[in-house]
Amino acid sequence: MQITASPSAGRRHLPGRRVFFRAVVYFLLIFGGILMLLPFYWLLRSSFMSNGQIFMYPPQWIPDPFHWENYPEALTSMPFGRYFLNTITIEVLTISGVMLTSVISAYSFSRLKWPGRNIVFAVLIGTMMLPYAVTLIPTFMMWRAFGALDSFVPLFVPAWFGGGAFNIFLLRQFFMTIPKDLDEAAYMDGASPPVVLWKVLLPQLKPALIVVCIFTFIDVWNDFLGPLIYLSSDSNFTLSLGLATFRGLYNSQWGYLMAAAAVVLAPIVVLFFIAQRYFIEGITLTGIKG
Amino acid sequence: MVKKYTGLARLERNWGILFALPAILGLCVFTVGPVVGSFLISLTDWDIGSTAKFIGFGNYKTILTEDPLFTKSLSVTVYYAMGSVPLGLMLAFLVAMLLNQKVRGLSVFRTIFYMPTIVPALANNFLWMWMFNPDFGLLNTFLKMAGLPTSQWVYSESTAIPSLIMMSAWGMGNTMIIFLAGLQGVPTHLYEAVAIDGGNAWHKFWHITVPSMTPIIFFNLIMALIRTFQVFNEAYVMTQGGPNNATLFYVFYLYRTAFTETHIGYAAALAWILFVIIMVLTYVIFKTSDKWVHYEGRSN
Repeated sequence: MQITASPSAGRRHLPGRRVFFRAVVYFLLIFGGILMLLPFYWLLRSSFMSNGQIFMYPPQWIPDPFHWENYPEALTSMPFGRYFLNTITIEVLTISGVMLTSVISAYSFSRLKWPGRNIVFAVLIGTMMLPYAVTLIPTFMMWRAFGALDSFVPLFVPAWFGGGAFNIFLLRQFFMTIPKDLDEAAYMDGASPPVVLWKVLLPQLKPALIVVCIFTFIDVWNDFLGPLIYLSSDSNFTLSLGLATFRGLYNSQWGYLMAAAAVVLAPIVVLFFIAQRYFIEGITLTGIKG
Repeated sequence: MVKKYTGLARLERNWGILFALPAILGLCVFTVGPVVGSFLISLTDWDIGSTAKFIGFGNYKTILTEDPLFTKSLSVTVYYAMGSVPLGLMLAFLVAMLLNQKVRGLSVFRTIFYMPTIVPALANNFLWMWMFNPDFGLLNTFLKMAGLPTSQWVYSESTAIPSLIMMSAWGMGNTMIIFLAGLQGVPTHLYEAVAIDGGNAWHKFWHITVPSMTPIIFFNLIMALIRTFQVFNEAYVMTQGGPNNATLFYVFYLYRTAFTETHIGYAAALAWILFVIIMVLTYVIFKTSDKWVHYEGRSN
């Protein structure tokens, strides 16, 4: 529209400085990126090494020889298959609860009018700032009274009650981006709220559902304090809890330890790379509005 | 027409309440109830397995006047927060600024800087024990190669907390993504206005970027404070609170009191004191925010 380009005109007489500036930006990003990745590499490298190689100085950057057997030996030294199964069981029970109840709650908070809605929502959001330490002890005592200790119940049942303030908030933000005309048109055709949710809104909500699903998966996978407090018998352990026990037993077998850690880490990293776009969108949407 | 609308309003109300019911029940049973419950428990002398005895504010009195571990754990946590929060915010802001320079491969860099935050706590702690190992850890290897004196990192009383602060900076990806989203939302016409007035990059940064970003800095600051005051895994997995209680983080002390020593009355009082500290801090930051947080659309 306008022919003059005043902002760039100011820069034009400083091409050298501009090139230098960009070089500094890239240098810092690449240097920082290497710092971010280095611990991962160090873990992976060590997982293929014998203790002798690990203690070597100067260090071997590439293991020579590769001790592939660290993996099978670490994984068979403890019932990791059992831990994996337990973790997946908790994942499935938690994710289904979160998906169902956070969607209907977020729908209710964003698109249905009922008395007291905004107050309830405000309280719910307020709880995101509540330190978990405060609710930890009474919740533990409650499950103890129900005889639910050393079972998965305390770990997944809360997910069926709203699925967490964060998820409700995130989905509500997504719901707000869908034009309300769509609902109204469906109501004109005589649809009821559950039909509107199922037929009209859910298809539009797919990216958001993926975000919630991934966040929940990672939360459960990474949860340590929950399993630590509630699970006591070895056959109920999750991967992270098993890993902690493993550390106590094989304290000096660094190669095994690193191999086990790499196995617990791998699914999350793979998932993250597959879904990184959804991830960033999800965080952006909640962060910016928060 | 009017009749139809009231019918729809009733429908919305009924389904609205029904759909919100799980969340409302959850809020009562898993949040409001336990908050009240933990306060009541904090007024008792109660060990798991025995019967509770009401002692009023006895636990609070003991904690505040004669518990050296309370003082220690609080000061350790404050020390950690004072290092970790500003360092994390500044680094996250810097990286977000760099990524906002229309760089090539943005999504690759974004992924790399975000990746450490998704690492399971346990694996993360293993990884860093590995970095910190005085004999064959990566950090000392680098120091040796550079001919510098090596450090005991988390294994020595004086360097344990600084080491953990450094480690926390590695996980600043979440904060960074939120900053980046904010930076991308700063209206470009504001920058152009500064350029027309002859302002340089520093002016743009100081007069446009920073003020526009204050709501997001504010948000990240509060979230970081709440997070760092509740650090637990590092102490449990890496240091067990040692050496010599140098990393006795508050929540770790609370956990130990509740689940190892089974003094749940006392631990609940510890939890409430932490709650009050965090609330006061948040309140103070909210109060001062009028002076430094600029919201768009609000007159100067």
